[in-house]
Amino acid sequence: MQKARATLAVAVCAVLVASGCSGAGGGSDNGGGGQTITVATVGNPQMQDIEKLTEEGFTKKSGIKVKYNILPENELRDKVTQDVATQGGQFDVVTIGAYEAPIWAKNKWLVGLDKRADDDSAYDKADLLEPMRKALSYQDKLYAVPFYGESSFLMYRKDLFQAKGITMPEQPTWAQVAQYAAQLDQGGTAGICLRGLPGWGEVLAPLTTIVNTYGGTWFDKDWNAKVNSPEFTAATKFYVDLVRKHGEPGAPNSGFSECLTAFSQGKAAMWYDATVAAGSLEDPNVSKVAGKVGYVYAPVNKTKSSGWLWAWALAMPKTSKKQDAAWKYMAWATGKDYQKLVGEKLGWSRVPPGARASTYEIPEYQDAAKAFAQVTLKAIELVDPDNPGVQPRPAPGVQFVGIPEFADLGTKVAQQVSAAIAGRTSVDAALAAGQKEAEIVAKKYQ
Amino acid sequence: MTVTTPDAGRAATTRPARKPSQRQQLKAQKRAMTPKERFVRRLPLLPALVLTIIVTQLPFVVTLYYSTLDWNLLHPEDGRRFVGLSNYTQAFTDETFRTAALNTVLMTASAVLISMLFGVGCAMLLDRKFFGRGVVRTLLISPFLVMPVAAALLWKYAAYNPVFGLLNAPAALFGAEPTDWVSKFPVASIVAVLVWQWTPFMTLIVLAGLQSQSLETMEAARVDGAGPWQAFRFVTFPHLRQYIELGLLLGSIYLVQTFDAIFTITQGGPGTATTNLPYFLYLEAFRAFDIGQAAALGVVVVVATIIVSTFALRVISSLFKGTEAHA
Repeated sequence: MQKARATLAVAVCAVLVASGCSGAGGGSDNGGGGQTITVATVGNPQMQDIEKLTEEGFTKKSGIKVKYNILPENELRDKVTQDVATQGGQFDVVTIGAYEAPIWAKNKWLVGLDKRADDDSAYDKADLLEPMRKALSYQDKLYAVPFYGESSFLMYRKDLFQAKGITMPEQPTWAQVAQYAAQLDQGGTAGICLRGLPGWGEVLAPLTTIVNTYGGTWFDKDWNAKVNSPEFTAATKFYVDLVRKHGEPGAPNSGFSECLTAFSQGKAAMWYDATVAAGSLEDPNVSKVAGKVGYVYAPVNKTKSSGWLWAWALAMPKTSKKQDAAWKYMAWATGKDYQKLVGEKLGWSRVPPGARASTYEIPEYQDAAKAFAQVTLKAIELVDPDNPGVQPRPAPGVQFVGIPEFADLGTKVAQQVSAAIAGRTSVDAALAAGQKEAEIVAKKYQ
Repeated sequence: MTVTTPDAGRAATTRPARKPSQRQQLKAQKRAMTPKERFVRRLPLLPALVLTIIVTQLPFVVTLYYSTLDWNLLHPEDGRRFVGLSNYTQAFTDETFRTAALNTVLMTASAVLISMLFGVGCAMLLDRKFFGRGVVRTLLISPFLVMPVAAALLWKYAAYNPVFGLLNAPAALFGAEPTDWVSKFPVASIVAVLVWQWTPFMTLIVLAGLQSQSLETMEAARVDGAGPWQAFRFVTFPHLRQYIELGLLLGSIYLVQTFDAIFTITQGGPGTATTNLPYFLYLEAFRAFDIGQAAALGVVVVVATIIVSTFALRVISSLFKGTEAHA
């Protein structure tokens, strides 16, 4: 028994300390050809595609070998943050989101990319979509290059709308969406699918865009927490009511993947979520509703547009000892030729969307993605990541607040909102708790 | 160990009347060895010991050190500052921490006890001879062999899902509204998965106990006129005591650390209904990247677990001792 207890103590300690120590490592050969760079990346389909194409498309020409470290989103964030923050130096290129880019740049963890991108005439920096460039910059300097980008929009079932004789406007309001949801909610088909899963990147992403367009904000420009303000409350009440009354069953545990499953299996009439979802919905192999889906801009209330902005981007940690090779890889992966390579080798619908204007000029891509390509592009172009609401903001970000504390704050508030969707607490109580957390965060900045 | 020092030989020969027991012999050897000899004898163990200390205790010491720092990975400009015990005071005043601690106790205790109940039941059934016993035993054990994340995913989608889940299928036959199990009964949903995974473990341990029971005792009980329940209550159960104890202890040790099921199925929600300490710690370390705070929480968890398991073990032992006929 004594031994068992000791084992327990040991096991727990080992787990704990794993959080504190990060493995040091990474080679440091500095020779010309035959270099190997290590890339940390997120395990989504586009990134898995690039792994397949690297050998032929990149290594053969440049002589640089690429070692991939593919991880799920959360683990990637955990691992890369640890490595970069503790100067571990494992990675030469890391995949980060729009949320991390400015924060990490501010922490001086990333190499500025303007000079390299400008010197590389084939790279054509100006072709990168303006909102993406803005979102990945800090103090007007570019610190990450977008691999793919997304906004949010409303997806709806054209057939169901037609059967009810409803016409979806190109720019719906949330009041209209609520009304349609009530009309279309019947039997096994929910009126609308909305995320309810706790997590700042889950339920809070769509909710915060609604807060923005209802005139709310997390913080005002003087860093006063505004989580229990009337606007924030109204938006949250609207969201929670809508999803409780006409949303999908099991909403408190539904995130992007769950909604994708529900909507592509015909279990919901509308879905407000990321623009990248369209690619999967239009693939007849995985979707029962391919060809039946219409796409319109994110619904609004007080603002003119309300879509969010997200990018998965490649950045170079300052600890990389092979920066030239790393840049060559980044330029290849986010360059124009790569998109053509994907189209030719794997199919045009698999081209990473939302990063470059030129993507939308490729005829084959226009054809493969005609249902959603233009509305995706416009949705992204409409976003102003620094100024998404009705009032000036103290930090950048549409569906998040660009400060390091937001991941934690957002996760805590998301838990409360999710509980409200489950009916275990009221919106007022949830936001009162959120306000307290937000005030603690705000103190650091006031 | 038999032929060792001349001292030992002498010790044995001085008392020719009766052969000394092995224990006495060992004692004699020990007494006779000089410290240096003892050291030399243990020397080969040293590398293993040192390695064990480095691998297990050093990290804990480092964690202790981290827990006194104000160190947030996302604020490199603040650096690391020594703040004494303020991370600990912060932990104890945090309402979520207290909820998480309570949830941990609730989920661990109920999962361990329920799976032990089922485990004893299954083991009793498996202890009989019947056709296809080998197959049944293998099938019963298989949940324990499934990886926790895979098991959690299976339950999340195949069982609990309000649209596709199997649990709602019977209700759907009668046209009833589907139940959202995870939102309505979050703790029970998690505990059910844990019980499903851990019942086989308990079954195995109890079964080992049952099979080591001598048939003669049972026969004697029956001859003395004990019915099946009495035979179980007064003969089998006391015999199983140490096996059940072991099962409960090992089960608690592993289940206190439950993470996969919570991460996969509920993400600690709705609200904080299923946030246990490991998940809370995870959020603190990897959402907030607050290393000092997370380390302090970790230390609290370790200390609490050691205290609780010590007490639990004592209580369980004494309970059993009270009902037992022989030690």
